[in-house]
Amino acid sequence: MDFSIASILLLDGLTNGAIYALLGMCLVLVFTVTRIIFIPQGEFVAYGALTLAIFQTGQVPGTVWLLLILAAVAALMDLVAVWRHRGRAAPALLAALRTFLPSAVIAGISAWAAPRGLPMLLQALLTVGIVTCFGPLVYRVAYQSLAGASTLVLLIVSVGVHFAMTGLGLLFFGAEGFRNPPFWDMRLPMGPLNVSGQALVIFGMSAVLIVVLWLFFERTLYGKALRATAVNRLGARLMGISTSSAGHLTFALAAFIGALSGLLIGPTTTIFYDSGFLIGLKGFVAAVIAGLASYPGALVGALSVGVIEAFGSFWASAFKEVIVFTIILPVLLWRSLASGHSDEEH
Amino acid sequence: MSAVVSSSSSSAAAAPAAASPLRRWGPWVLVALLAVLPFLPVSDFWIIQLIYIGLYALPVLGLVLLTGVAGLTSFGQAAFVGIGAYTTAYLTVNAGLSPWLTLFIGLALTGVSAFVIGTITLRMSGHYLPLATIAWALALYYLMGNLDALGKYDGILGVKGLALFDFEIGQRRLFYGLVWTIVLAACLALLRLLDSRSGRAIRALSRGAQMAEAMGIDTLRHKVFIFVLAALLASVSGWLFAHFQRTVNPSPFGLKMGIEYLFMAVLGGAAHVWGAIAGSGVVKLLEDQLQVLLPKLIGTAGSYEVIVFGILIVLVLKYLPDGLWSFVDRRLPRAPRAVDWHGAAQLPARSKPAAGEVVLEVKAVRKTFGGLVAVNDISFSTRAGQIVGLIGPNGAGKSTTFNLITGVLRLSGGEVRFRGQKVDGLPSRKIAQQGMSRTFQHVKLVPEMTVLENVALGAHLRGHRGPVAAMARLDREEERQLFAEAERQLQRVGMGDFLHEQAGNLAMGQQRLLEIARALCADPALLLLDEPAAGLRHKEKQALAEVLRSLRAEGMSILLVEHDMGLVMDVCDHIVVMEFGTHLMEGTPADVQRSDKVRAAYLGTEH
Repeated sequence: MDFSIASILLLDGLTNGAIYALLGMCLVLVFTVTRIIFIPQGEFVAYGALTLAIFQTGQVPGTVWLLLILAAVAALMDLVAVWRHRGRAAPALLAALRTFLPSAVIAGISAWAAPRGLPMLLQALLTVGIVTCFGPLVYRVAYQSLAGASTLVLLIVSVGVHFAMTGLGLLFFGAEGFRNPPFWDMRLPMGPLNVSGQALVIFGMSAVLIVVLWLFFERTLYGKALRATAVNRLGARLMGISTSSAGHLTFALAAFIGALSGLLIGPTTTIFYDSGFLIGLKGFVAAVIAGLASYPGALVGALSVGVIEAFGSFWASAFKEVIVFTIILPVLLWRSLASGHSDEEH
Repeated sequence: MSAVVSSSSSSAAAAPAAASPLRRWGPWVLVALLAVLPFLPVSDFWIIQLIYIGLYALPVLGLVLLTGVAGLTSFGQAAFVGIGAYTTAYLTVNAGLSPWLTLFIGLALTGVSAFVIGTITLRMSGHYLPLATIAWALALYYLMGNLDALGKYDGILGVKGLALFDFEIGQRRLFYGLVWTIVLAACLALLRLLDSRSGRAIRALSRGAQMAEAMGIDTLRHKVFIFVLAALLASVSGWLFAHFQRTVNPSPFGLKMGIEYLFMAVLGGAAHVWGAIAGSGVVKLLEDQLQVLLPKLIGTAGSYEVIVFGILIVLVLKYLPDGLWSFVDRRLPRAPRAVDWHGAAQLPARSKPAAGEVVLEVKAVRKTFGGLVAVNDISFSTRAGQIVGLIGPNGAGKSTTFNLITGVLRLSGGEVRFRGQKVDGLPSRKIAQQGMSRTFQHVKLVPEMTVLENVALGAHLRGHRGPVAAMARLDREEERQLFAEAERQLQRVGMGDFLHEQAGNLAMGQQRLLEIARALCADPALLLLDEPAAGLRHKEKQALAEVLRSLRAEGMSILLVEHDMGLVMDVCDHIVVMEFGTHLMEGTPADVQRSDKVRAAYLGTEH
């Protein structure tokens, strides 16, 4: 290995690492606010990439229909819940409509736009819109009524959601894989390196997202409310912060970042309906390195995972997944020795 | 899976009803049915289905122990099945070893890997174990799929069947007999384990480490043990699997299967041993149906059954958190434990301090949290046969002092001596071993266990039989001694009528008395009570005071942290008053009541 190969691998690793960083930070966010270990995060990545790919073919993506079904289920649940609680039909219908409407609007626009061959940027925007709508709906349907359950139960629910979303991905996208065209078709020779426009887009978007997230949590009332919920759910509720709307917001953010990651990674590799899982789990390795608690930790962890993966695939390409997923063990050993005693979970 | 879902409904079994005949004879009926089946004209299709159900039930049994009983979980069961399968396939095909030897090599390999993973991750919060097992399962899957020696994704072909000497066991009825003998033996072993000293310790794990550690239970060791045991069950399943299918490849050992095993446990009823069999059976049959039905319905082939499974997992956890077996379990009343311990030999008791001897000596203990001094150089001592009260307004540092003495918190300075021995710096488990026994401000008990079993938990350190002895039922004599002691202590606090009640059904006052009986079961030289009167009604407080006085009359030393002045003044011989982390004064109840300083601390001063 010489310097030029090393620098190519490094760039490759950092590019993927930037995406793992976004996912890793999402997982930390979801875990701290809701105590949910969100295994299906990767599914949003695949949904994002594949939705754009289907838009590119001029068809209506299957996610649109799936979104309508999910929104209908969530709306029905709201209808029943409010009706039972209030005993009157009008507020129940209103609540159901409020849940259903945003998804219906997005779905309508998508169905209208799909055959018209809009510019890719607009299609990307629609894709992000569709997938972001999934977030709160998934929370509403699968998690909301279990919000008080133990981390373990929430984790098992996550696994169930992952199963369902992967299977539905197969149903609505088929088994075929897609590779999206890059957003910026440019090559920038830099010494031995040939930096692609897509890599720059990835770095740029990741940096912007990280800064926006930082601003959101530090400077806005919503962001502060989420942080308060993360520290103490009961205390937050007593201060008038609704933990369920915190859950909706967190999941919307998770889905939004997942979709964006899907758009970013789509042009660099072929995405299948089940590819998101592995990508998401690499974000997990990063989040675990950060102890599921620290955002800068997740960033550093993710970049290391990306770089290790890149070099691993150079030296032992067949074993790169083995290497990436085995490093979690020494990391956990280090963490457990560093913490020195068992944490009390209750 | 009542241990997993915190808000589990404890069954409202009020009066101990007689056992239903079905509960008593049900397992035997199952055994008889399974035994007769191969002799009936049943088609091979069903024999093979039942072999698969048995093979699935083994790793799921491990999950029952981990998830349903102890509140941990693992997605790595399929990977451990894989280790068992690949070990025997590789060694019998390439090295020509006997499968009866490779079984144990596979078990050893599985045991070592599970031990390493468990030791690393179980020291941290509960959710690191599932995450680590996910990563581990993926790594192992890709390893199996990429190693040339293991045949990459094609796997190893031509594994021989099992034979006993020259007699072929084959792939049909005899193999079925072998599988189900192992499954039923495993069920029996687990049922026996759960009803033993180690089993009670394992059942206490899901309630957090603090109470178990205070009873002298090494929680980390027990967690690692059950993780390894679950992995070993999976490994046996893998060994059988390899010799049944005669070929191995990575796909049945991937993460998807690991998740399906967990699903089987959750659907069947993760808190029940029989739930493992119910879950494996239902999932296997359902999967077969769905794999035929769904592609027909949808029009293309594909593993669409995961959609149904995923939705089912969520629905089950929402609406049926205790699984299918809980329906059966709820309808079959449980007989109270047969009382067989009368006349059991007494457990050996430790030598008690002579009356008036200094038992506990607290010297200038100090605890700082950052810049905050929570406990500021507190000193006091207690003598044998004395009830010492530690009182003070809210935030005075009483509970922190209590936690410093019992080893829950580490001291920032000072010294704690117990019967002349330095105990500060020791973990609470070791302090319990020395004869200091405690109760909790917020009652900590295992609601699904009976009162008697909860109290027997307190005598954990006075027994020595481990899990293997329990599975072989070599622990019965000691069990009788433990239960006899538990009953004696329950009588001592006036709870002799509630032995077989579920602890979760007791009123608050009774739960507090249960905690005292549990602490007494450890044969302590000093009893530490953390706000035992909190939340009690007037009558219950009177009963508590009566119990404390009678304990003192029997020579027990007691340190009491309490808010209830009536109780403190009523029973204490000596009172230490704290305020803002400092020692305000100490003396007899009369001294304290007269003190202006104490009055000022509680009520403020007049200006």
